[in-house]
Amino acid sequence: MKLFARPAPPLTRLPNGCFTLDRTGSVLVGTVTSSFPAAALREIGRHVLDTFREAQATQLPLAELVVHYGSLKIVARELRGGAIVFLLPKSPISTAK
Amino acid sequence: MDTRHKILLLDDDPDLLEIYRELLGQLPSKPEIHTAISGSRGMAMLEAHAFRLLICDLKMPKMDGLQVLSIVRRKYPALRTVILTSVADEQFRSRVYAMGVDLFWQKPATEHETKLFLECIESLLGRESEPGFRGVQSKSLVDLIQLECISQSSATLRITNGPLTGKIWINNGDLIDAETDGARSEEAFQKILAWRAGSFETLPAEPARPRTIFKSYNALLLETAQVIDESRGEIPDAAPGGTPRAPASALTALTQVDGVEFVLAAITGDKDKTRFEARGLENPDRLAGWSRQSLERFRALGEHLQAGPLEQIEGLGPQRHVVLAPQGDTQFCVGWRHSLALEEIRDRMRKVLALWA
Repeated sequence: MKLFARPAPPLTRLPNGCFTLDRTGSVLVGTVTSSFPAAALREIGRHVLDTFREAQATQLPLAELVVHYGSLKIVARELRGGAIVFLLPKSPISTAK
Repeated sequence: MDTRHKILLLDDDPDLLEIYRELLGQLPSKPEIHTAISGSRGMAMLEAHAFRLLICDLKMPKMDGLQVLSIVRRKYPALRTVILTSVADEQFRSRVYAMGVDLFWQKPATEHETKLFLECIESLLGRESEPGFRGVQSKSLVDLIQLECISQSSATLRITNGPLTGKIWINNGDLIDAETDGARSEEAFQKILAWRAGSFETLPAEPARPRTIFKSYNALLLETAQVIDESRGEIPDAAPGGTPRAPASALTALTQVDGVEFVLAAITGDKDKTRFEARGLENPDRLAGWSRQSLERFRALGEHLQAGPLEQIEGLGPQRHVVLAPQGDTQFCVGWRHSLALEEIRDRMRKVLALWA
């Protein structure tokens, strides 16, 4: 039976690299590996842009956003309505603080 | 009544499940072993039974181990979790540890590795999460001080609670001095004793240390206990509507940290009702909405990316900086003076969270 079993797909690695977004949320250029789903990249970009915009509307303009997860850091800098986003996986030996 | 611990084994390979069922059945605590061949089946079993431990493979079709873990850590935070995998990749190891897994173990290849694995599992099954000071589990700081004083010993206790550090000097069984966070003597002693957990180390005695405390240790411990009880008693348990009210003095204390411009706390109580408390803000409603929405948005993103729990969001602006951080049932939004560097803000934010805890 195991001959016909479908092998488990590879695990998705955390994204590593950077990309830029225009004000509409379209990814313009990036260094993130193409094996990382483009939809997930757009989702990250959308959340970043929404957070910048809503902060501005709250009278709290922000130029940079740093999001810390247990194993990933997202750094985003505002660029005239768009943004440049850096994705930095953390590992025990990484310097991403 | 059967008090044996239940273990759930989750792997897409039925042969491996059988082998591990047999191996784990030989553990001294004789746990009850259940198996599941897919993530969805495993989730259904977790729903139906109270398991003590989940042992899960990483690479599985449809729902992989990371997806299972991200759900399990949120829905069953008390469940102990072990990843047993053939994936030898440092990124996945650090990711699963960041998700709060107790153990990441590569599938054993030798008899010795199998023995070590079983020993670890047995240890995990027996371990209870007890409060207390590391090194002397289940002993409070009061117990430690009493031990030192009764035995008439001389020592310096160094106590660490997150970024906060305190010292208590004992000379021939007498408490002679205490120091923490700018406070000295009895005030420092009371502050240190209010910490509920942390770690401590015993340093060599300093007999030449000037004495600032002249009360007996028993009197001081009694007084301190009363002060702590009173300060906790001041806080009403709950506000109307079932949500706990933020301790006013505690929230105000956070604004005393150098560089803090405002503090906004969203406290979730029973029935998931949330109450906002703010210091240093005239109209906190809009900021509260933004803060809650941003934390929720990035928490969901982290779950989707399986990047581990959301720890903190830092926003740097031309007027002021802001840090959003979840802490138990409370979500913080803290405004910081613009002149502070990011590293300084991180250090001070740790202090704010430790003060709150």
